[in-house]
Amino acid sequence: MKDIRFARFVVFINALVPLVMLGWDGYHRNLGANPLEFVTHTTGTLTLVFLLISLAVTPLRKILGLPWLIRFRRMIGLYAFFYGALHLTAYVWFDKFFNASAVVEDTLKRPFIAVGILGFFLMVPLAITSTNRMVKRIGGKRWRQLHRVVYLAAAAGVIHYWMLVKADTRLPVTFGAVLAILLAYRLINKYLPHLTEKRPARAEAPPQ
Amino acid sequence: MLIKKTDDIKSSEITDKKVYLSRRTFMRGAVLAATTTATGLLYRQLAVKTPPSSDVSNGRPAISSGLPGEKATPYEDITNYNNFYEFSTSKRAVAEEAENFVTRPWAVEVGGLVHKPGTYDLDDLIKLGQPEERIYRLRCVEGWSMVIPWLGFPLSRLLSQVEPRSQARYVHFETLFDPARMPNQNRAVLPWPYEEGLRMDEALHPLTILATGLYGELLPPQNGAPVRLVVPWKYGFKSIKSIVKINLVEQEPAATWNVVAPQEYGFYSNVNPNVDHPRWSQATERRIGEFGRRETLMFNGYGDEVAHLYSGMDLKAYY
Repeated sequence: MKDIRFARFVVFINALVPLVMLGWDGYHRNLGANPLEFVTHTTGTLTLVFLLISLAVTPLRKILGLPWLIRFRRMIGLYAFFYGALHLTAYVWFDKFFNASAVVEDTLKRPFIAVGILGFFLMVPLAITSTNRMVKRIGGKRWRQLHRVVYLAAAAGVIHYWMLVKADTRLPVTFGAVLAILLAYRLINKYLPHLTEKRPARAEAPPQ
Repeated sequence: MLIKKTDDIKSSEITDKKVYLSRRTFMRGAVLAATTTATGLLYRQLAVKTPPSSDVSNGRPAISSGLPGEKATPYEDITNYNNFYEFSTSKRAVAEEAENFVTRPWAVEVGGLVHKPGTYDLDDLIKLGQPEERIYRLRCVEGWSMVIPWLGFPLSRLLSQVEPRSQARYVHFETLFDPARMPNQNRAVLPWPYEEGLRMDEALHPLTILATGLYGELLPPQNGAPVRLVVPWKYGFKSIKSIVKINLVEQEPAATWNVVAPQEYGFYSNVNPNVDHPRWSQATERRIGEFGRRETLMFNGYGDEVAHLYSGMDLKAYY
């Protein structure tokens, strides 16, 4: 990839497209009969989508032999956090009208809310430690260990979705299946690395 | 490998830096435009369709709800936000999926513990029932509500016609089962056909109606055409749609959601702000078209008329 800065800019803008369209449709009163629910559901779905894309970066990078893909991962992960924050805000605002005690009560009483909020708060330290400086400060190895928490956050997100659905579990199950594949890849990568590693082709044979 | 020396390239062949840069700018613009368009289209494809919501009701005269402080929900919202799993599990997709649902001819078989069982076609029903406007709140178990101007008639009018036997204690209703016409019945989201039940005194209550219309017009498919039950003090799922069978029975009949998840949906399912759904609170509701949430009323605000039906019953146990 020659022009990584521009490519990152393209990804940055594209990741904002759903938000812009949500705002556009909202402004034109085009979100259907229950616009607040639509905003809540859509931001929640987007959180899961970006979480799964961020988890797909490493497998794709290795399978396709495209090391530069890693340079999109932080941004995609931060977008997951961003949409997660919007999703949580939508719930706290449109469902609870910033009534803190109602949120706490809801969280304690309803497992699907608790699991969702847990998923969000698991992402907070990851977002905070996402800068280069923090990576240096913490040290690469410990940073990588810390950021494995994203697996838990993604699992919490999928379970949260699955728990709130009434009867048709197709979508949450699909998200769960994709997550399972992405996590299974990591297990295979760890225990059977020869199956997954593909190093980028070298320009020349090494010197004899 | 041949590498040209700089002298070999005529200066006239070197792209001017300005041109080169503007070409690059143009290419970048094109890449941005193409990718954002693609992402936008993908979003449109994946995000559930959102039919227009509006205060206007497509030229239909505004209907006063007769309920102080409560407006009738716009026609567009009532007809584009539907729980009707026979067509789709997405409330926003039902209207389109049900668009071509043919409801003529239509027959409703009424039988069981009655002296005069019979099959009624839609015109018979309308002739017998003499539908009139009934404006009711509808409270969905999911926590949203509407105010709907139905056209309907008391179920008791039909029941008295078939002359219930004295052993009849419950009424059992069934929705049409025809996967060719109700495509989502090909998937086992729920056990089909959808079925519901009422106790005899609930069924005979004057508020309980069979609805055949909405906003003065025939019921559109997505709202349960051509004939559905409306029991305004119970959660919406009790008000079964597209009815083909009504049976009077002795034992409490099966009711679909109660069968699927008995700990979440009781047989009675009266609107009750004090008994939460295990997964969410029932204390408040979002009235479609409003920003804030309303307090949910006991029996959906019809307590004066129906509370006596449940005197002495523990509504926490019989939810």
